[in-house]
Amino acid sequence: MKERLEQICREAIGRIESAKELDTLNDIRVAFLGKKGELTSIMKSMKDIAPEERPAFGQMVNKTRAQIEQKMEEMKTRLARQARQAQLKAEVIDVTLPAKKGNLGHKHPNTIALDEVERIFIGMGYEVVDGPEVEKDYYNFEALNIPDGHPAKDEQDTFYINKEFLLRTQTSGAQVHVMETAPLPIRMISPGRVYRSDEVDATHSPCFHQIEGLVIDRHITFADLKGTLAEFARELFGEETKVKFRPHHFPFTEPSAEMDVTCFKCGGKGCRMCKGSGWIEILGCGMVHPRVLKMSGIDPEEYSGFAFGVGLERIALLKYEIDDMRLLYENDKRFLKQF
Amino acid sequence: MNTPLSWIKAYVPGLDVTAQEYTDAMTLSGSKVEGYEALDKNLEKIVVGQIVKIEKHPDADKLIVCQVDVGAGQPIQIVTGAPNVAEGDLVPVVLDGGKVAGGHDGGPMPEGGIRIKKGKLRGVESNGMMCSIEELGSSRDYYPEAPEMGIYIFEKGSVQPGDDAVAALGLRDVVFEYEITSNRVDCFGVLGIAREAAATFGRPFEPPKVEVKENDESVNDYIRVEVKDADLCPRYTARVVKNIKIGPSPRWMQRRLAANGIRPINNIVDITNYVMEEYGQPMHAYDLDTISGHQIIVRRAEDQEPFVTLDGQSHTLDDSMLVICDAEKPIGIAGIMGGENSMITDNVRTMLFEAACFNGTNIRLSGKKLGMRTDAQSKFEKGLDPNNAIAAIDRACQLVVELGAGEVVGGTVDVYLKKKEPKVIPFSAEKVNRLLGTDIPLEEMIGYFDKLELKYDPETSTVEVPTFRQDLEGLADLAEEVARFYGYDNIPTTLPNGEATTGKLPFALRVEQAAKETAEYCGFSESMTYSFESPKVFDKLLFDADDPARQTIVISNPLGEDFSIMRTTPLNGMLNSLSINYNRRNKDVRLYEMAKIYLPKSLPLSDYPDERVQFTLGMYGEGDFFTMKGVVEECLERIGMKERIVYDPNAGKNFLHPGRQAAIIYDGEAIGYMGELHPDVADNYKIGSRVYVAVLDMPKLTEKATFDRKYEGIAKYPAVTRDISMVMNKSLMVGQVESIIREKGGKILESLELFDIYEGSQIKEGFKSVAYSITFRDKTRTLEDKDVNDVMAKILSALEKLGIELRK
Repeated sequence: MKERLEQICREAIGRIESAKELDTLNDIRVAFLGKKGELTSIMKSMKDIAPEERPAFGQMVNKTRAQIEQKMEEMKTRLARQARQAQLKAEVIDVTLPAKKGNLGHKHPNTIALDEVERIFIGMGYEVVDGPEVEKDYYNFEALNIPDGHPAKDEQDTFYINKEFLLRTQTSGAQVHVMETAPLPIRMISPGRVYRSDEVDATHSPCFHQIEGLVIDRHITFADLKGTLAEFARELFGEETKVKFRPHHFPFTEPSAEMDVTCFKCGGKGCRMCKGSGWIEILGCGMVHPRVLKMSGIDPEEYSGFAFGVGLERIALLKYEIDDMRLLYENDKRFLKQF
Repeated sequence: MNTPLSWIKAYVPGLDVTAQEYTDAMTLSGSKVEGYEALDKNLEKIVVGQIVKIEKHPDADKLIVCQVDVGAGQPIQIVTGAPNVAEGDLVPVVLDGGKVAGGHDGGPMPEGGIRIKKGKLRGVESNGMMCSIEELGSSRDYYPEAPEMGIYIFEKGSVQPGDDAVAALGLRDVVFEYEITSNRVDCFGVLGIAREAAATFGRPFEPPKVEVKENDESVNDYIRVEVKDADLCPRYTARVVKNIKIGPSPRWMQRRLAANGIRPINNIVDITNYVMEEYGQPMHAYDLDTISGHQIIVRRAEDQEPFVTLDGQSHTLDDSMLVICDAEKPIGIAGIMGGENSMITDNVRTMLFEAACFNGTNIRLSGKKLGMRTDAQSKFEKGLDPNNAIAAIDRACQLVVELGAGEVVGGTVDVYLKKKEPKVIPFSAEKVNRLLGTDIPLEEMIGYFDKLELKYDPETSTVEVPTFRQDLEGLADLAEEVARFYGYDNIPTTLPNGEATTGKLPFALRVEQAAKETAEYCGFSESMTYSFESPKVFDKLLFDADDPARQTIVISNPLGEDFSIMRTTPLNGMLNSLSINYNRRNKDVRLYEMAKIYLPKSLPLSDYPDERVQFTLGMYGEGDFFTMKGVVEECLERIGMKERIVYDPNAGKNFLHPGRQAAIIYDGEAIGYMGELHPDVADNYKIGSRVYVAVLDMPKLTEKATFDRKYEGIAKYPAVTRDISMVMNKSLMVGQVESIIREKGGKILESLELFDIYEGSQIKEGFKSVAYSITFRDKTRTLEDKDVNDVMAKILSALEKLGIELRK
């Protein structure tokens, strides 16, 4: 009997070891351990054995079953791993085949630049406000210290609707609306379209965008203006950016300045983009003219402030190295998708 | 404005700077230097040579062989084809290895100049080149004494062989170009810039000392001046010069004018131009013998008064323009140009110099009306200082005497009714420091003022401002004077430290951003188009003749008809952009624009118009009406507009396909429209593809939008789904079916989904088959069959009432 058991064990293990598939293992299980399997039938022959030998025999059968089952498990794990490996091997793909993209749309370069500027100033506590594009002559000129007959009124080549209304030539008028109505202190930026009667060419557009900024509070100084705009330049063009303020003239600010930043292409060494100077002119700014404050009902003895104006297209053109302004208004898909 | 450094140095002795140092320092003190050009930039190894001997070239008829003394012992041999040289002539010679600026033909000059090397011309050695004025980078316009063709020849005795020829021609100089701001009228003259340079570099400023040698006669015996319209002519000064000898002006004067870009003509014209450049005060010279009645009258022109200016052009004047007249007729348009009838000719004997001050705005407007733009006009426009006129006219007369151009008659006519006095501005160093954020001592500020001829009075704490600085009006202006000489760079950088403010984007802009982003996720790129367009767009878009959109704000001075009205519909911009893309063969284009339309509340415009932001989507290529509808719904959902949107097919838009358009209705209110572009309109825009557009009115969206979200729980109980299939008349819209299902479905209706729609064989003509999958769920319990059956029965009976036949 013992020999018979050993023989079954050998036979079973032999068949298990030579199995190539999981299904075969199952067949083997049925053949040896199943209800009609070899081991079961031997168990059934227990009644032919002397009762005193039955426990030892039972142990032997169980041991044999355990041996076979253990072998079976080992083999099962091995075969499963082999099968998975074969599957993985069969499923190799060419990862260089083209991607399946969702074809996302793209923002206009002007908007990307504007979003950046807004993000920076909102972070510094500024509110974004809108102003009318069809504006009263008063807000575009007189309230900004540009009375009738002032050369600046002509320099800007204004589109007029009638005697009272015009298309604003600068976003600065939005300052005045805010100063007239908003509670102090004021920290705001006002982006929007402006209009000047320039023929369309590579560097001019009769319709373009500006961003006006205004801060009014007690004790605002020219040093604050410098600090704020230097911070803005570093945020927009990179930590290494340096700024330079040059005296300039605007009717609605005094003292006035233009701000240059170190050329973001060459870092200030001088290149074609900055015409060799290492600097790029980026915005106009100054301390709000006391007359402008007074006209808007703010006491210049108590309050002071600064204002600045940035040309959005100028920033977009420079930042993205776009060489023709007309591209911004054609909306060619091949242009837009580069941003 | 362009000015050579040598001219500045004439008034700022001891100024010793490189061109770059000058550029940087002047720019930082407020006189922006746009650029500079060294006149000798490509001139190397060029000396004065004297031709000792000329022989014929053995092998060429048109060449000669010259022996030239260049001041280096042995003469050198140069072969030339120039026809104008003779033995003994002094000429500029570029030596072997040297460089000239251009070719002899005066054509475009190469960036790096032209290198000259010795060589052989037809077998004869040539060790250099004699130069024409063009080869030296200039032209006969500026060197009128140069021959038309050929080598420049120096005046005998003025130079020696071996001298620096470049210096002898006045080309060792740098010309700076300035950007002068309109408020600094004084800096439109060389003296003004020199004053700034002196202050910038801390050098003394020495303007010319003006003294006029005049004869015993009195100018009043020659001329009487009457200013009838003093409002347009605050000051008129005149002097008389007799025994005029017209001739060329001296070289130094020609050089300075040339460097400023003014062509020398003759001594008298050159003097007027020179003084205009020097003092910033335009002058005019009349031939006194042509002036009738010994009289000058300054008055407004008569309407339709004809006049011929000295350039031979005929003009028709009107009564807003100021003219200078004699006893009978106009002889000049004030501040713009003199007349042909009184101009200086080579035969002039007696002359009237005029230095006046006119109303800048009036001059500007007159020039504009006449379509003229002269140097004088551009100076007068800025509003000149009347106190400058006398200095200028005296300077001109001084130069007349110095140049031997004539004899100055004694006295000056000066009509100056309201003398302009210096302004006195209250000053406080503390306030200046408070505005600038600095700590500059008073003494230092006074030091800056002194250099600028501003007088500080410690008694009254005031600053007296000379009349040539009319830009200075108050303390803020004085603060700028302090700042620019203290140095903008030296002012500290700080951040405002007042009350904190909250940075924010207003709600409307947040809604716009969310909508834009959603459009981008759906493949739409952002476009930008002009706010103005042509009134013809309404016909192009098939708008009715009485459509309210045709009520537009019209620009009175547009760039052209195509840019003449403020848009009242965003469609034209979008369709133009799509058209550009289509014509450039771009496939599958999807664009959106977030921009304003401008709706007048009344016309003519007397109040601010309604500027409404429109969210416009447009596409062609892949996708159809329902793709666009999906984008609209994605955008609305993103901004929290989750209520049911109703699509009314009667949108009434002529520019859309009559059977494929819908008004978009939300909460009972139209918030926009969408549809397929009418093929006629697509033809008008030359787009050969179906175009879909949608326009949403942002102010209405902003009213209804919200970013609030409330968690509604995830269903715990199972859903029950029933499918129904029906056949109905083609003209019935599924929207009607859906309304019924929603209405009758009640609280347990969760969702409904159209899963099949079919027309064709097996369905009778004029009908369509539609199938829905309807899902029911109760949030509080598991639904039983009976619950669903009851609801389904109501739905089906309501559908049957519409004549819909259910397919069993």
